[in-house]
Amino acid sequence: MAQMKFKTLAAAAFVALAANAAHAQKAEVIHWWTSGGESAAVKTLADAYNQAGGTWVDAAVAGADNARAAAINRIAGGNPPTAAQFNTSKQYHDVIDEGLLNDIDPVAAKEGWDKILPKPIIDSIKIKGHYYAVPVNIHNPTWFWYSKSALAKAGVAAEPKTVDEFFAALDKLKAAGLVPLALGGQSWQEWITFYSFVLHVGGRDAYLKFFRDHDVASVNSEPFRKAMTALRKLHGYVDAGSPGRNWNDATAMVISGKAGFQIMGDWAKGEFGAAGQTAGKEFGCFAGFGPSAPYMVAGDVFVFPKTTNKAQIDAQHKLATVFTSPATQVAFNNKKGSIPIRTDVDTGKMDVCAQAGVAAMKDASRQIANPDMLMTPDMVGAVQDVITKFWNSNQSVDDVVKALQGAIKG
Amino acid sequence: MAISSSRHRPGRARPWRALTAQIALLPMALTALGIYIGTVLWSMRISVSSSRIFPRDDFVGLSQYQRLFETERWHVSVQNLAVFGVLFVAACLVLGLLLAVLLDQHVRGEGVLRTVFLYPYAVSFVATGLVWQWMLNPELGIQSTVRALGFPDFKFDWIVQQDRVIYTIVIAAVWQASGVVMAVLLAGLRGVDESLWHAARVDGVPRWRYYLSIVLPQLGPAIGTSFVLLAVGVVKVFDVVVAMTQGGPGNASEVPAKFIMDNLFGRANVGLASAASTVMLLTVLALLTPWWYARAVQAKKARHA
Repeated sequence: MAQMKFKTLAAAAFVALAANAAHAQKAEVIHWWTSGGESAAVKTLADAYNQAGGTWVDAAVAGADNARAAAINRIAGGNPPTAAQFNTSKQYHDVIDEGLLNDIDPVAAKEGWDKILPKPIIDSIKIKGHYYAVPVNIHNPTWFWYSKSALAKAGVAAEPKTVDEFFAALDKLKAAGLVPLALGGQSWQEWITFYSFVLHVGGRDAYLKFFRDHDVASVNSEPFRKAMTALRKLHGYVDAGSPGRNWNDATAMVISGKAGFQIMGDWAKGEFGAAGQTAGKEFGCFAGFGPSAPYMVAGDVFVFPKTTNKAQIDAQHKLATVFTSPATQVAFNNKKGSIPIRTDVDTGKMDVCAQAGVAAMKDASRQIANPDMLMTPDMVGAVQDVITKFWNSNQSVDDVVKALQGAIKG
Repeated sequence: MAISSSRHRPGRARPWRALTAQIALLPMALTALGIYIGTVLWSMRISVSSSRIFPRDDFVGLSQYQRLFETERWHVSVQNLAVFGVLFVAACLVLGLLLAVLLDQHVRGEGVLRTVFLYPYAVSFVATGLVWQWMLNPELGIQSTVRALGFPDFKFDWIVQQDRVIYTIVIAAVWQASGVVMAVLLAGLRGVDESLWHAARVDGVPRWRYYLSIVLPQLGPAIGTSFVLLAVGVVKVFDVVVAMTQGGPGNASEVPAKFIMDNLFGRANVGLASAASTVMLLTVLALLTPWWYARAVQAKKARHA
């Protein structure tokens, strides 16, 4: 009888210990990857973390704004998650200023992040000498996608290598009765079109002067005005049903060959893949005009809310290590459509667009930060308001220049 | 408060009942005072600080309000609210009254008709916005259908035009809310004495004139109730705009509630959003205060009469 009691007690103690041990590396992660492809991608991260000995507790929140708001509220409310997703941007810099994030310098030092990460990303995650966020991917929001069948029907022989060739191709598509540019008329998509034109038509200098230096005089300069005039001209190549259209509906127009081009980030690749199309066969892609076009760097990071709980800190460090390991990077980015944050990975299994992206990243002179990394969300919003009004009305280039100057004056 | 009716006999029972009533109301009163009014005051405090993503304790005077009134998007949203408010309330009242009067004619299947007219209110504003967005989309909805029926020049693309899009939002909202107004006014109509109609008929008054001059004044309280319900909906309007147009094209169908929500979360600009909500609160108070005052004066006159 006593033996039975002892055995039960021992079993109970063992279970409690085991449960505690499993709890020790429990990581609650808030993110907004809820669509089909995104869920598959985040599952690779969860599996890698679980295999490394941790327990992944998923706390997905649909909608990027909602997820960030939920994370901020929990951090401010004293019940923070182990990790929370943000974009590689200035979105979390306020949180750092309030002292509410843990730094992950030990992991950064051990993995040698200073050496393997590209500079635009380091600038975003290393604040005042400390690493506060772990990057998981590199997205380029300004890829140009095109339907090979639509271009063939319109008689466009090759990928446009300059802005003029691009507009010539658009003219040919219009003459053939197709929709030259598939655009979803939502504020953020107009915003992407705007800054892709500032970069690829106005040039690298005009882009940096506006977005990084907030230089008011540069808005009225020749290259910037050229970009705005081209943007005004581009509006004529968009169809009447564009306002309010979702981005994936616009991609569907390119997939079905009804439209020629779309300017969208590389998350669009998932749509092509889901429709059974292969890069280089039914659809093509280029990151900018010409072989040395700038390659914009955007992406997602995870930050680690402040905690003094040793087990949670261990979980945070383990997350950071697992997320940046080469194997996890390849698995995750293949499903996500983005490219890995490190160039020392095996690119054999990636499609031609991703391979082109990795090759572009190897050339440091082509890398350029996206506007979210250079401007606060507040200023991004103010510029977005100006651009959406310009796009949807007959406002002249002079007027929009004045409005933009007001927006970046801060 | 003690019930001040002369029908009650003064006695020992009254003060005790009043005290129990007050104690029962205490939690609700504390909640209203503490949480509701307290948070309103806190929002006003934040609106004079430079809070961005987290609240800050500093004091920057009225610079958030200055920035607010320099923001074109805010001007557009206030204008839209005024246009939407007037059109929505007027259309709902007129349409609701017409439907109620028509249903009041003791038609067959009145119960079924009443349910049918009330159904749109059971649909969420988001679903309403989405469905109307599809219906009004020039490529997918009414315009393309009528064109396919053989009228190639038919144009109904208000939803993609900057100066007409607010009217599409009015259409969707009126479709949803007129059923409720109809229900409230029908209840009011049922309270009108039927013998009045007989007396009017004897005098040779036509039916429409009877409704306009005799019934309508008696519907005062019912119309007042509907007006309050509609006005609350106007100030709150957010989900139908987000579902239908996301504030677009451009910022043409922006409304204050959406402006505040966007700044609170996406733009990480709590200070500006609080300034905008304070402005909205003060506007509503400014509009209500004359009405309250008028009612108080009327009540005083009634007591002295």
